[in-house]
Amino acid sequence: MGYRARLAAQGAAIGLVALLFILLAWSLLHRDGGSLAAAANRGERPTAPDFTLDRIDRDGKLTLSSLRGKVVVVNYWASYCYPCRAEAPFLEDVWRRDRGRDVVVLGVDWQDFRGDARRFMRRYDVSFPVVHDGPGDVGFDYGITGLPETYVIDRQGKVVEAFIGAINTDEDRARLRSAIADAHTT
Amino acid sequence: MSVRGFVVLAVVLATAVPAVAIADGPPNAADLESELVCPTCKTTLDQSDSPVAQRMKAFVRARIAAGDSEQQIKDALVDQFGEGVLARPPRGGFGALAWAFPLAALGVGAVAVAFLVRAWSRRRVVEADEARLDSRLERLVDEELARFDA
Repeated sequence: MGYRARLAAQGAAIGLVALLFILLAWSLLHRDGGSLAAAANRGERPTAPDFTLDRIDRDGKLTLSSLRGKVVVVNYWASYCYPCRAEAPFLEDVWRRDRGRDVVVLGVDWQDFRGDARRFMRRYDVSFPVVHDGPGDVGFDYGITGLPETYVIDRQGKVVEAFIGAINTDEDRARLRSAIADAHTT
Repeated sequence: MSVRGFVVLAVVLATAVPAVAIADGPPNAADLESELVCPTCKTTLDQSDSPVAQRMKAFVRARIAAGDSEQQIKDALVDQFGEGVLARPPRGGFGALAWAFPLAALGVGAVAVAFLVRAWSRRRVVEADEARLDSRLERLVDEELARFDA
């Protein structure tokens, strides 16, 4: 093999390794959603990743950015998640009390069977909109590390506060109401 | 038909009949669990005990009991969780790339190896020719020296 051909082969090999390294770095950066919750709770107000998902509560799709101008409480849950059962009535209460004040509670059923999710919704009287994230990609974009997780998003689409785990204490509930009030003012 | 032909036919039929019977039988839960991936932990279902994996295993067993085929069960799970639940990518569409790329890489590798082997063998022939030439020259030099000494 000539000198130039060998040089070209070495260059191609180095280029391929560099490309794989860039892909790995990109993947790690875009999956590190745990940093989204951390940034929100540091008061940095990161932009909420947009998504369009199929609805479970009715036909059609729902795009997060179509709710711009409203405060959105995005709640990740699944029918097999026990703590989700405990917080569902509180989220339903928030939805019923605040929906007239431009607050939307949006459930994201994560890596779950649609049929199981519908049964859960009937059993726990969930009437707020729910979308289905079967593959879990949207949840990965948010960097969820478990279920449930809840993100309060302001009128401009920025994450005001993130709740890791169930909102099932008086302190958590007060924090959520405070975050919703805070999101209204921006 | 000769005796030899009859024996060959009998052997072929004896091995083919059980294969057809297996293909037409109900899917095996353990086999399916090794071909499906848990979306949370990204390992096959037989390796995972996450809540969603347990639910998927229950679904697989329920669908087998209901008489669904392997393909029907896989299609139902892809509909719920996306193509990422298949441990082996589908052979059609974008998934075909996953099958085609290694084959293409293998082909390119084979061509590269053939090219290198050919280049090396040519170099050896040239070196052997050069060596042969050197021995001829040596002989000529020896002859000249011998004539000179004489």
